[in-house]
Amino acid sequence: MTAQTARIGFGDVRELRGPLLVVGDVDGVGWDEFATIDLPDGSVRHGLVLEVDGDLAVLQVLEGTDAISPGGVWVRFSGRPLQVRVGPDWYGRVCNGRGEPLDGGPPIAGEPRPVAGWPLNPTRREPPREAVLTGVSVLDTLTTLVRGQKLPIFSVPGMPHLTLATQIAARATTAGEGFRVVFAGMGLTHADIAYVRDRLEERSAAGELVLLLNAADDPVIERVLTPRIALTVAEHLAFERGDDVLVVMSDMTSYAEAVREVAAARREIPARRGYPGYLYSDLAGLYERCGRIQGRPGSVTVVPVLTMPAGDITHPVPDLTGYITEGQVVLAPEVAARGVYPPVDVLSSLSRLMRSGAGPGRTRDDHLPVAAQVLAALARARQAAELGELVGVSALSETDRAYLAFRETVERDLFAQGTDEGRELADSLDRAWAALDVLPRRELTMLPAAMVAEHLGSP
Amino acid sequence: MELSAGTVRRVNGPLVEVDGLTGVAMLDVVHLGPERIAAEVVGLAGERATLQAYEYTGGLRPGHQVEATGDRLSGLFGPGLLGQAFDGLLRPLSGAPVWLTPDREVGAGDRAWQFEARVSVGDEVVPGTVLAVVPEAGPVEHRVVAPAGVRGRVTWVADGPVTVTEPALRVDDRDVALAERWPLRVPRPFRERLSQVVPLHTGQRVLDLLYPIARGAAAAVPGGFGTGKTLLLQQIAKWSEADVVVYVGCGERGNEMAEVLTELALVPDERTGGRLVDRTVIIANTSNMPMMAREASIHSGIAVAEYFRDMGYDVVVIADSTSRWAEALREFANRTGDLPAEEGYPATLASELAAFYERAGRVVTLGGRTASTTVIGAVSPPGGDMTEPVTTGTQRFIRSLWLLDRDLAYARHYPAVSWNGSFARDADAVGAWHAARGDPAWRSRRATTTALLAEADRLASLAEVIGTSSLPAHERVVLLAGRLLRDAVLQQNALSGNDASCTAAKGAALLGGVLDVVDACQRLVARGVAATTVEETDLADLVRVREEVGPGDAEGVAQRCAEVLARLEELA
Repeated sequence: MTAQTARIGFGDVRELRGPLLVVGDVDGVGWDEFATIDLPDGSVRHGLVLEVDGDLAVLQVLEGTDAISPGGVWVRFSGRPLQVRVGPDWYGRVCNGRGEPLDGGPPIAGEPRPVAGWPLNPTRREPPREAVLTGVSVLDTLTTLVRGQKLPIFSVPGMPHLTLATQIAARATTAGEGFRVVFAGMGLTHADIAYVRDRLEERSAAGELVLLLNAADDPVIERVLTPRIALTVAEHLAFERGDDVLVVMSDMTSYAEAVREVAAARREIPARRGYPGYLYSDLAGLYERCGRIQGRPGSVTVVPVLTMPAGDITHPVPDLTGYITEGQVVLAPEVAARGVYPPVDVLSSLSRLMRSGAGPGRTRDDHLPVAAQVLAALARARQAAELGELVGVSALSETDRAYLAFRETVERDLFAQGTDEGRELADSLDRAWAALDVLPRRELTMLPAAMVAEHLGSP
Repeated sequence: MELSAGTVRRVNGPLVEVDGLTGVAMLDVVHLGPERIAAEVVGLAGERATLQAYEYTGGLRPGHQVEATGDRLSGLFGPGLLGQAFDGLLRPLSGAPVWLTPDREVGAGDRAWQFEARVSVGDEVVPGTVLAVVPEAGPVEHRVVAPAGVRGRVTWVADGPVTVTEPALRVDDRDVALAERWPLRVPRPFRERLSQVVPLHTGQRVLDLLYPIARGAAAAVPGGFGTGKTLLLQQIAKWSEADVVVYVGCGERGNEMAEVLTELALVPDERTGGRLVDRTVIIANTSNMPMMAREASIHSGIAVAEYFRDMGYDVVVIADSTSRWAEALREFANRTGDLPAEEGYPATLASELAAFYERAGRVVTLGGRTASTTVIGAVSPPGGDMTEPVTTGTQRFIRSLWLLDRDLAYARHYPAVSWNGSFARDADAVGAWHAARGDPAWRSRRATTTALLAEADRLASLAEVIGTSSLPAHERVVLLAGRLLRDAVLQQNALSGNDASCTAAKGAALLGGVLDVVDACQRLVARGVAATTVEETDLADLVRVREEVGPGDAEGVAQRCAEVLARLEELA
């Protein structure tokens, strides 16, 4: 964290409530200032100003207010918003959720930047265009990730979302180049943290990984900060150094709970399920920091990971995330139960930017029509399967049975793959064609006739 | 009046309370602190004024100076709007720096514009008279119209280029510039509202054939995330038959705005020969830009539209998304401690929605021209819940509802406009308009289509229980008809050069052709041909024709339909 040039401090603590600390008799304190809180035992905590009213300032204490008593506390205001030092020194480092080293190394040096960032002028953005190849067939074929996109993974507890996220982080390439990875862990268990570090070891050893880890038993309010530090560091590496940076943020549900906790302590009027009304803007302030800038080489691609409580996609966190991000990858227990990894529910998944990142001149000419046809056929197969459950598969028409066979083939040959396996896009698309060959030719209405003849021969 | 000054008392995000301001009125603009952040007065109690700030208020503290301006929140309307992007307060984004900090310089527009006066010294002018035209980059003629209140005789006309704020001519002793300052929240005056219905052709078949919108009406597009709201709105922005399009990105994605700007610059406008971007004004307040400016962006958008309407143009305002705007209202109401109504939204939500949608209209302008402002607002219901306050509130103030269906979108049926739930209150009047223009069958085609789609849905759920093979042959043909209507007519591929937009003639030919094929199939089964034979006939040619012939090629469609009909006859 940044060095403090402390101005005068104040010691008149009037109230402590949840993560909030109210200090009175202050003067010259501005909204959103960063503060350092000295406790009588010599330890130090940090806070952000949420409100100033006359001579009162309300702070949220990042480390929580445990064991603070009103007497003997000294609050020093820094006169500016919270800043973090950015620079290439971050590569290879492991820090806690506030950006302090956990790896025994020195504090990270570099220029200070405000963690809230500034909005990027939309007219100066470069629309994302280049496909990111992850080596994961189902993603590359049907929900292509694009450089500068924000594409979340919606999961439920117990699904292999961290496996998929780390597989993407380890293998993703764009135009043949790998990504630098900033991983922000929020509320992860220690077992998950160990797993992530293990999976990304190669990137870490190459000095291409930044880890910010807030464990499940770390202070909750600190999580409000973790993604902001990660993104501030990533923005600098991308837009000022020209790196392609992939930011993985997991788990956004834990983050949103921290935001809710602060809101509840402030007695704010809740919107849905106790979450504050500004959760959309708050999440947007994070996700929108992805992208590319005209005339600059680097990019920030964001892959947030979130677990949907009880698998409910209408829960505020996945719902608002879905409204902000450019698509979503949904993992489904039903697919996992059929033994498919990655268990992507392809019909609920979508990459909005795929149409500008895939297709002629970008991936392969047949990519978009093939993806559209596979999805349309899977939608029809799902109907046929539901019907088959009611009336028995033998009562289905021959066409419907062909769709069921298609689904089996496509899941087995295209979607399923190893957790460390990388597949070329050409291989994936050829597998898609092989699966489509199971269907009667007249059903392939999403594909131009000439393309069908080229790939499957004349009927 | 002496403009008063005061001091900041309390800061809570965009909510600021100040002491000591006297003589200010509600909705006056006040400047805060050393960075002179703009804020609007939203509450007054004695010496205490409550303000909503339009920028990040970090660092603002009790004791900072504030200054009243005596003005309402307003924008400068003049040449230089078309083809450009602005933020929610109508400050230019094109040319602004990469990172939008509150202290950025806002250029006053020092470009000098060449103009052609349309009046000479001695001419009588009234509000609405065209005083001059300013040639801009694109095909839209920028007409400088005498503002409300300007009435008299022209006494002087500048003879060289002037900037937008310099006097361009004088009426009696009043200077008139090329640009006009107008308060964003105040509707611009017009002579009268017109009630007869003229459809706005959108180029999207499902809308033009089933759920049309009239010029000057309002429509809403509710849909959960991933249902293709933004894509549908972008298609309307590109292909609708409007003279000017105002696209308001209200709390939406930055990448999307970049995409809109880039794409519009590439697409030629076939109606005028220019580029689409030259008939478009973009107002971009992305989701990470200051929240309260998002609230203002909707009003900025409609004010720009009314400005072009007053020149005599048909203008379409697209607001994506009104839910984000409502959330900004809610956010602020919560901070001021207002009692919430439903789901935390303020009790004024319905009246705020009405104030926005009611600015739509087809009118006679002060200058006597017929012009319109059509408003299309996206609604993003949380969790796809169509009973939430913004969705239900909006439905009361609009004429057409285009409901997007998640199941259709998941099956990649785009545009995913649902046929259960969408409505068009002007459909009959639009039918009469088509009948008067030589297409009397428009109304019956629409009726047949909606009936077939509803029947096909009913039979599909029945078939899920008893199996398709247990249905009688004519009902199996209805199922086939539903599929054909969806795949061959209602779906539209936004990426295809042929299919992205569709003329009224091609749409009529396509729908007419498919209905003919359905009739032919019914005749076949009535004559004893097995339903399975009909179902397994290869009709892929019919499904592909929308992509294989040009956007206006009704002949091509008719020919293909005739071929398919001929092949069906061979089955008999």
